[in-house]
Amino acid sequence: MVEAILSLGVMGLLFGGLLAYAAQVFAVPTDPRVDQLTEALPSAQCGACGYPGCRGLAEAIVKGRAGISSCVVGGPTVAAEIARIMGVQAEEMAERQVAVVHCGGGAGKVSGRHLYDGIADCRAAVIPQVAGKLGHTLCSAGCLGFGTCVAVCPFDAIHMGPDGLPVVDREKCTACAKCVAACPRGIIELHPVSQTVHVLCRNRDRGAAVRRYCKVGCIACRACVRAVPEGYVIQDNLAAVDYSQKVDFGLAIPKCPTKTIVDLSAPAAQDQGAAAEGAKETA
Amino acid sequence: MTAKTFPGGIHPDYGKGPTAGKPVVRAAPPKTVVIPLHQHTGAPCEALVKAGDEVKMGQKIGDTGAFVSAPVHASVSGKVLAVEPRPHPAFGVSLAVVIESDGQDQLDPEIRPAGSLDTLDAAALRKVIREAGIVGMGGAAFPTAVKVAPPPNKKIDTVALNGAECEPYLTADHRVMLEQADDVVFGLRALMKACGAGQGLIAIEDNKPDAIEVIHKALGGAPDLQIIHLHTKYPQGSEKHLLKACLNREVPSGGLPLDVGVVVNNVATAAAVARAVRNGTPLYERVLTVTGGAVANPQNMLVRVGTSFGDLIEQCGGFAKPAGKVINGGPMMGIAQSSLDVPVTKGTSGILCLARGEVARDEAEACLKCGRCIDACPMYLMPLWISAYAERGKHEEAERLNALDCIECGCCSYVCPARRPLVQAIRLAKGEITARRRRQAQPAK
Repeated sequence: MVEAILSLGVMGLLFGGLLAYAAQVFAVPTDPRVDQLTEALPSAQCGACGYPGCRGLAEAIVKGRAGISSCVVGGPTVAAEIARIMGVQAEEMAERQVAVVHCGGGAGKVSGRHLYDGIADCRAAVIPQVAGKLGHTLCSAGCLGFGTCVAVCPFDAIHMGPDGLPVVDREKCTACAKCVAACPRGIIELHPVSQTVHVLCRNRDRGAAVRRYCKVGCIACRACVRAVPEGYVIQDNLAAVDYSQKVDFGLAIPKCPTKTIVDLSAPAAQDQGAAAEGAKETA
Repeated sequence: MTAKTFPGGIHPDYGKGPTAGKPVVRAAPPKTVVIPLHQHTGAPCEALVKAGDEVKMGQKIGDTGAFVSAPVHASVSGKVLAVEPRPHPAFGVSLAVVIESDGQDQLDPEIRPAGSLDTLDAAALRKVIREAGIVGMGGAAFPTAVKVAPPPNKKIDTVALNGAECEPYLTADHRVMLEQADDVVFGLRALMKACGAGQGLIAIEDNKPDAIEVIHKALGGAPDLQIIHLHTKYPQGSEKHLLKACLNREVPSGGLPLDVGVVVNNVATAAAVARAVRNGTPLYERVLTVTGGAVANPQNMLVRVGTSFGDLIEQCGGFAKPAGKVINGGPMMGIAQSSLDVPVTKGTSGILCLARGEVARDEAEACLKCGRCIDACPMYLMPLWISAYAERGKHEEAERLNALDCIECGCCSYVCPARRPLVQAIRLAKGEITARRRRQAQPAK
């Protein structure tokens, strides 16, 4: 009994001392700032910065390979905290961006091409073997409505609206661009949050054709260009906002005959967002 | 001779009865044809004519300098109305030459044989095949001239003709073998000479005993030609499984029949090659089957390329029952159509019109892990796992399970008791994997 306690006790002391010694001798020098930075970052592990998770970015920042404002998700507050830890002046942070879905052709607004009963995933619905990538609505540019963007969003910032179109929560969106990469139609883009007027269409068919199958598609009638000549351009049968200009794009909204140009901060758009929120809660 | 086959596969309801015994009828000459400039695997053609031009039947109207491609030819004589994007049965939309027929069907005077089979050498034969725009007529439409031009480090010893026609419902190849047996054998000789092969074989499933007999007679006991009976099973006509059954040669993963010294062609392709060598006739018409429970009078028809599906269905008496699905090709690998305005292309082996009751629209349920898809898979893959990874976007894992070896035959989806869309998920994964490989290959250049 006593021998056992003694021998184990002595062995414990011996190995303890050995480990303490080894910890000193073989210590890997780590920068304490890496831990501090990891703490400061949002821990969403979204990979939007291009590094494997938040710790990956922290290491890159310490090594000087990534900038102070590399975390789009954290925004200016996290950038300021990172600047404090690194002991440098915070860079001028670019304006926060949010995702915008450039399609208004929800349920009842766009005509169908055929029935589709395959996998409910936008990317699966446009493999070449399914109607040669055309999709199940007659618009071959618009939203497919299976919510692949919703599924990939790590921030719960995008939901399916009541009309089958995804609605971006402009508060929660962090511009990580996961949805942008996931959308097989390429109709989701990032824009500065202050930019609220957008052309919600990416269809380049001729106006007469668009009119046949979509009630809210751009028909390239040039009404927006006439209303705000420097704010809009028409290219390939499609109107686009010239975001580089500093003009009131909203002046073209009442002129647009198909209601393709929308102000996302307007009450109607907010109602839509609220309705989506409600639909989600009841679901 | 005992019938040969491969492990795996399925025995679907063949549905060939309504058309197998019916001789090929010539379809009414179309008033307007829409001839897509992209009818083959590879680079699309550029138009050689413009709106307002007069063209003759068989005149070349589209070509390109790309190696993997085949020119397209006018299937009527008349006036070009437009060169514009039109619906396509396989690619959704493709640039097409629209020709209004003058009803004369005047053959292009340029069409004449380049020489006889004895005088033409291999390179000249390949040129004849390319200029005639011949592509694989089983469905995939791979340019035949490219197939019979192996790279210098590979030796071809055998040309195999595929007369299996394992797709249910289709009987076009069956009728070609019965009615054009001499062309098929002549075409086989021409293909053997074009790629320098010493041996030729024709493989036919044993549900076509009449075709086996006719082809056997046409071969006339030649020592270098052989007929092989295949067990009736789907997908026996897949070139890899055909070779496994006929020669017990296994095509390596990611490889082609070329890697085991064989070139496989469809019997209808061989017949087209024969006409190109004998008369210089380009590929502007083909035999196809219009069938399915919705069609009033199913038939095998000789059809000009560019005739619309709707036109042909009309000539078969129209729809007797409401159609549930119209498919370009067979039920297993064909592509469902959303419009009847699509034209027949060189690769259209059939127009299958299934009635509403014949098409099931079932809700997919959770995978039971029963493993039936693994038993059925002729490529020894595990469709349940590949599709599960694919549906979750884990394409690297799908790649590790050899998703790229999938031949998309549809056996797994056919046997799945939970009715899961397995092939669609695997196709999605294949698309993502090849796209990623292309992206990775780019910076290396």
